[in-house]
Amino acid sequence: MQCFRALRFFSVWSQVPMGPADPILGVAAQFKADPSTTKVNLSIGAYRDNDGKPVVLDSVKRAEQIIKEKKLDNEYLPVEGLQSFIDASIKLGYGDAYYAQNGKSIAGCQVLSGTGAVRLGFEFAKKFLPQGTKVYMPNPTWPNHHNIARMAGLEISEYRYFDPKTRGVDFSGLVEDLNKAQNGSVILFHACAHNPTGCDLTTAQWTQLLDLTKKKNFLPFFDMAYQGFTSGDVNKDAEAVRLFTAQGVPIVLGQSFAKNMGLYGQRTGCLSFVCANQQEKDKVVSQLKLLARPLWSSPPLHGARVADIILNTPELNQLWLQEVKMMANRIQLMRVSLANTLKSLGSPHDWSHISKQIGMFAFTGVGPEHVKELIAKYHIYLLSSGRISIAGLNEGNVKYVAEAFHDVTKNTKL
Amino acid sequence: MQKLQLLQNQFNPTSDDIFFHIVQAPPDPIFGIANAYKADTSNTKIDLGVGAYRTDEEKPYVFEIIKKLEREVVNDPTLNKEYLPIEGLADFNKGCQKLMFGQNSPLIASGQIVTAQCLGGTGALRVGFEFVKRHIPGDVYVSKPTWSNHNQVIERAGLNQFEYPYFDPKTKGFNCAGTIECLSQARMGSIVLLHVCAHNPTGVDPTEAEWLQIADVCKKRRLVPFFDCAYQGFASGCIEKDVFAVRKFAELGFQMIVAQSFSKNMGLYNERVGAVHIVTSNKDISARVLSNLKIVIRTICSNPPAIGARIAAKILTDEKNFNAWVEELKTVTGRIIKMRTLLKQELDNLKVPGNWDHITRQTGFFTFTGLTPEQCDLLTKQYHVYLLRSGRMSMAGITSKNVRYLAESIKAVVQKK
Repeated sequence: MQCFRALRFFSVWSQVPMGPADPILGVAAQFKADPSTTKVNLSIGAYRDNDGKPVVLDSVKRAEQIIKEKKLDNEYLPVEGLQSFIDASIKLGYGDAYYAQNGKSIAGCQVLSGTGAVRLGFEFAKKFLPQGTKVYMPNPTWPNHHNIARMAGLEISEYRYFDPKTRGVDFSGLVEDLNKAQNGSVILFHACAHNPTGCDLTTAQWTQLLDLTKKKNFLPFFDMAYQGFTSGDVNKDAEAVRLFTAQGVPIVLGQSFAKNMGLYGQRTGCLSFVCANQQEKDKVVSQLKLLARPLWSSPPLHGARVADIILNTPELNQLWLQEVKMMANRIQLMRVSLANTLKSLGSPHDWSHISKQIGMFAFTGVGPEHVKELIAKYHIYLLSSGRISIAGLNEGNVKYVAEAFHDVTKNTKL
Repeated sequence: MQKLQLLQNQFNPTSDDIFFHIVQAPPDPIFGIANAYKADTSNTKIDLGVGAYRTDEEKPYVFEIIKKLEREVVNDPTLNKEYLPIEGLADFNKGCQKLMFGQNSPLIASGQIVTAQCLGGTGALRVGFEFVKRHIPGDVYVSKPTWSNHNQVIERAGLNQFEYPYFDPKTKGFNCAGTIECLSQARMGSIVLLHVCAHNPTGVDPTEAEWLQIADVCKKRRLVPFFDCAYQGFASGCIEKDVFAVRKFAELGFQMIVAQSFSKNMGLYNERVGAVHIVTSNKDISARVLSNLKIVIRTICSNPPAIGARIAAKILTDEKNFNAWVEELKTVTGRIIKMRTLLKQELDNLKVPGNWDHITRQTGFFTFTGLTPEQCDLLTKQYHVYLLRSGRMSMAGITSKNVRYLAESIKAVVQKK
């Protein structure tokens, strides 16, 4: 057996370079390792209550009770997942009226949360759209959008989105870029609560984009990870999706229940395609299954069961809507609190964008150097892009955070 | 409203039906059969299609220990629903390493095993092959035959695949000489996909001596072993014995990949519980490998589902739970072995033409019966016995009540001219 020992010295993996740490989850890991008692985690997009604790919604707990009492088995889900969950998810996303009319021609598939929706959606696009079709993404976007598009073999282009001067949307730049895009391109839109900027489009702006979409035959891919979580109203948050579908524009919709149901680690999501009719929908579902089978065979059940029970039990659905509104309200409160506190500290900068932006994240405007100082001196963890997760703020730490931001920015430009 | 929509589609160039050209995909060879079985209204129907365990009452089975631990997990007030790390639950990963490589494997202590929690066996395979594609791209050799999803996973990962002649239809056993010959022609650095035990679909496993021959050719041709382990505990009934191949290859110094599934042996099918292991030569390389494994996982699911792994971790890290699980597994495996014996007896009693020794010789969930596709079609259409057209039968679907009818149906199709 001595001859085999030589195998250890020859490394099969010697060419493997160190891969870059994930920009978001890497910071969270840094935070975890920090022993400081005043540390604040403003990096990861997970909701925290006013005590800084993760929350398991009451509606979720009650749904889990119901599941426990049913004594169900653990058999494989079909490749496409739990059908009643898929139907309920589609209804939530597209609205009752549209669903009643067109539900039969919406192809849906349960997926591994928002990430899984984007991955499966992009793989489908790569396989079935004409070769060379590009996907246009807002600049900036969630970094994982780029990674997934690359893995799926899709060519990426960007459209201007965030204007660092106004700290709002550069809409004329956006329109200019999309006008120049190839006809038939896939356009990735954040349905609401744009990540990382928190800057959303107005109804008038969405209407303009709808016209552009029709003119250029774009395929809109809505990534909706914050329905309900944004304004507190699930219908308002899905406005863009419903605006497009009401006009008969075929869209792709990725839905995540990580944030709005607090089902983060259960990986619960839905991917859907608006098709021309039921026959086409059947074909699309069959092809989605063909792609899902070699990714994960079938999706995990638990989170989908919970979401299904919540969405389909009127009492629990009502409770959930209240809970998601409460989370959205607390976030809004913290935005205002941070912006006002900075103002009252006499900051030379205009921080109103923090209260104007919406959703989980704020693009504060601080740069990488500020971020380094915030981490090293104040143990406040945020991304080097200046993105903070508002959910990490609470009445206990918002003053500390405001003071820290004031301190590192008072003598600099923003 | 619909008519208007159709008109719009016809005349409005901006509503081009972008999905019009899409054709119906064929049903999955395995799940498709499960669907057909479900739709069948006959009261003599037998489901021998999908590899999911059934009790003697034809019911799915939830391990008692799993039920207990599931309650614990769901009721634990200290647990929340937060994201797991990209690579999954640390306790679970450690437990998987010990189960696969041995409690006291020196490779664990030396940090040479990189482990990430994955979405069942499929997830582990896909992550493993995506990693291969990015870092050690080479041809992949798969057994002929193999689990149908293997081919799809490898194809989606963008790798070329070739077959090695695994099953010998004449002996209905493992074609060792043919396999060795084929692999000795493989390009250096190719990857070989090996089933650790209870080969799917044939039920035929190499002997320990034959495994050493496979190790030898892998060493000579610098082939990278990629083990798929979905049935630890289901082959011999002994969890250590079943992973002999992985532990032997590890002992022999191989760097390799292992995909591990808990779908069957913990009955955690729908919670997608699995792990991928990559064995390296030292812990510095392990760190680099892990960082790249995380990049692959991030683009499929970001991080894995928590609940199944929490339940499995309670089994893998607690001696009492572990022993309870092993006992239940022995009972479950025992029933499958008993069904093999019963079926063979019935076939012998009925004097069904042919040699049916392989039914008791093969191990695990499946038997490669040797029935032709046409015979399988007839079995299904006329006798409502559902199996794969390859002749693969899931023995877990046989019960003391249906075994005679099954034997009679087999006799009927075998004797039909």
